[in-house]
Amino acid sequence: MNTQNTYDEIGKRYRTGARIRSGITYALLTVWAVIVLFPFYWMILTSVKSYGTYNAEYVPKLWTPSPTLQNYRDAFTTVDLGRYFFNTIIFTVVTTVLMLFVIVLAAFAFSRLQFKGRDLLFTVFLSLMMIPNELVIITNFVTITDWGMRNSYWGLILPSVTSVFYIYLLKENFEQIPEELYKAAKVDGTSDLKYLWKVMIPICQPTIVTITILKVIECWNSYVWPRLITDDAAYYLVSNGIQEIRENGFGRENIPAMMAAVVVISIPLIVLFLLFHKKIMAGVSRGGTKGI
Amino acid sequence: MSAQNGNAAGGDGKRAVSTRTEVRRHAVLSQIKPWLYLLPALIFLGIFMVYPLFDVLIYSVEEGYNSASQTYFGIGGYNYAYVLRDPFFLQALKNTFILVIITVPVSTGIALLISLGLHSIGRLKELFQTIFFLPYVTNTLAVGLVFMILFKKTPYSDGFMNLLITAVGGTAVDFIDGPYWAKMFVMCFYTVWVVLPFKILILTSALASVDENLYKAARVDGTSSFRIFTRITLPMISPMIFYLIITGFIGAFKAYSDEVAIFGTDLNAAGMNTIVGYVYDMLYGDSGGYPSYAAAAALILFAIVLTITCINLLISRKNVHYT
Repeated sequence: MNTQNTYDEIGKRYRTGARIRSGITYALLTVWAVIVLFPFYWMILTSVKSYGTYNAEYVPKLWTPSPTLQNYRDAFTTVDLGRYFFNTIIFTVVTTVLMLFVIVLAAFAFSRLQFKGRDLLFTVFLSLMMIPNELVIITNFVTITDWGMRNSYWGLILPSVTSVFYIYLLKENFEQIPEELYKAAKVDGTSDLKYLWKVMIPICQPTIVTITILKVIECWNSYVWPRLITDDAAYYLVSNGIQEIRENGFGRENIPAMMAAVVVISIPLIVLFLLFHKKIMAGVSRGGTKGI
Repeated sequence: MSAQNGNAAGGDGKRAVSTRTEVRRHAVLSQIKPWLYLLPALIFLGIFMVYPLFDVLIYSVEEGYNSASQTYFGIGGYNYAYVLRDPFFLQALKNTFILVIITVPVSTGIALLISLGLHSIGRLKELFQTIFFLPYVTNTLAVGLVFMILFKKTPYSDGFMNLLITAVGGTAVDFIDGPYWAKMFVMCFYTVWVVLPFKILILTSALASVDENLYKAARVDGTSSFRIFTRITLPMISPMIFYLIITGFIGAFKAYSDEVAIFGTDLNAAGMNTIVGYVYDMLYGDSGGYPSYAAAAALILFAIVLTITCINLLISRKNVHYT
């Protein structure tokens, strides 16, 4: 009886300890969640405050009684936000499609075809992954300028259509498909291209979708290259557009309109994320890195 | 194949010869075809990666290069000497090093704490994970603008952060246009905010992959939870922590667009430039037109990153537990 009591006592103490610990854990996680979400709340809140209300608040308020959509109207009419949007969509779609074409063909050659120097060439490809973008961007800037492609879609797109890392990722995936399937297709007289299109791409669809999503995120957020290659506002992407708006768009003080533009720019990716968050997170943890 | 069938009617000798040419042609074709598949990738990589790599070396040693006339005086190390003596570069170097030294340990530490927390809870785990990952998919330029507004002090308003500071009894500071350390704080804070999602994600999946039996065995032996952490968890996830430290160093050394988002494009005026920012300023913009200086600065950056990565790898060989 006595020992039973002691056991209960220990068990109770353990459970109380665990409960306190999990309480602290939840509290800390909630604190960080608030830090993550607060900027998003603040931009939405500011974007629905009217210009007058915002500037009258010496002490910023956490709530506004009279939300307005006027800032969104301003964001699309005072500056050319629609144009920046359109440019970014063109840039993102064309870059992603071209890149998929290039990397699928290269990954297929590396994973299925036999040729002299294959392993050596692949090693060279892998070593290219070490080259930082900052090193090559100088010459690319000069190249694109020499080709007369500044302020054009092609100038924006061409340097971003290959990714050694995605070739590597796809090649690894292609190699998991049993070689027998390829041989069987060869016996049946299926051409390589048809085999690639009808068998390999469907089997590797999850990887291809992941790569597509990661590339879309990268394109949507790209800032440095577009900034170098465009100084004509007609070819600005959203990132450059937002910087332009900040520096001489609405007049520096119209913060609510600026925030409306920020909300509009952030929405597409957040929607994409909410739809595909499992896929995106799985893809990133498999080896995506930001900015590489 | 059809050519071979057509020849079947011919004489034996003729058939053998044509089969041989057929085989040879097939062999040649199968050697050419892979290169056709690789051609697009080779063209793009050649023009935009391999050629620039050599070109940037050449730029960096051409003294007095003029981008308008495309002429230069001679070959030598003057560009490097110029960059290393340029006060703007030294300022950028200092800013970048401070940023790296603060953000890499802080972000890795916080990410480890949060992932351990996430790993230990049951309910709401997925919700927290999704929220924590959100900054990864947002445009850093756009959200940087929100940070700027939260921290900025204007004549019309002290801003939200200063509201908090004065609420706990501090004095309001302009974080965007004020003292150096205030600006550095915002820069580090925003960088940590931006890089954490990736680190949390990697560490959470590393923690999930630790063999549950190890913990059970330790608990049977009555091991304290601190000891479980230092003797089981930490060694098991050390390769991933290490991976994050290396990529963290590389990423932080290349910081640029987060700074633009907060302080605007004229980072030199704000005194908040980074090495990469210096490279781009030399290349383009109001102070641009000097690809040689840009190339020299980029190569110095590459040398720094390479050295630090090598040191990291040497340290890891001693301390990281690979299974």
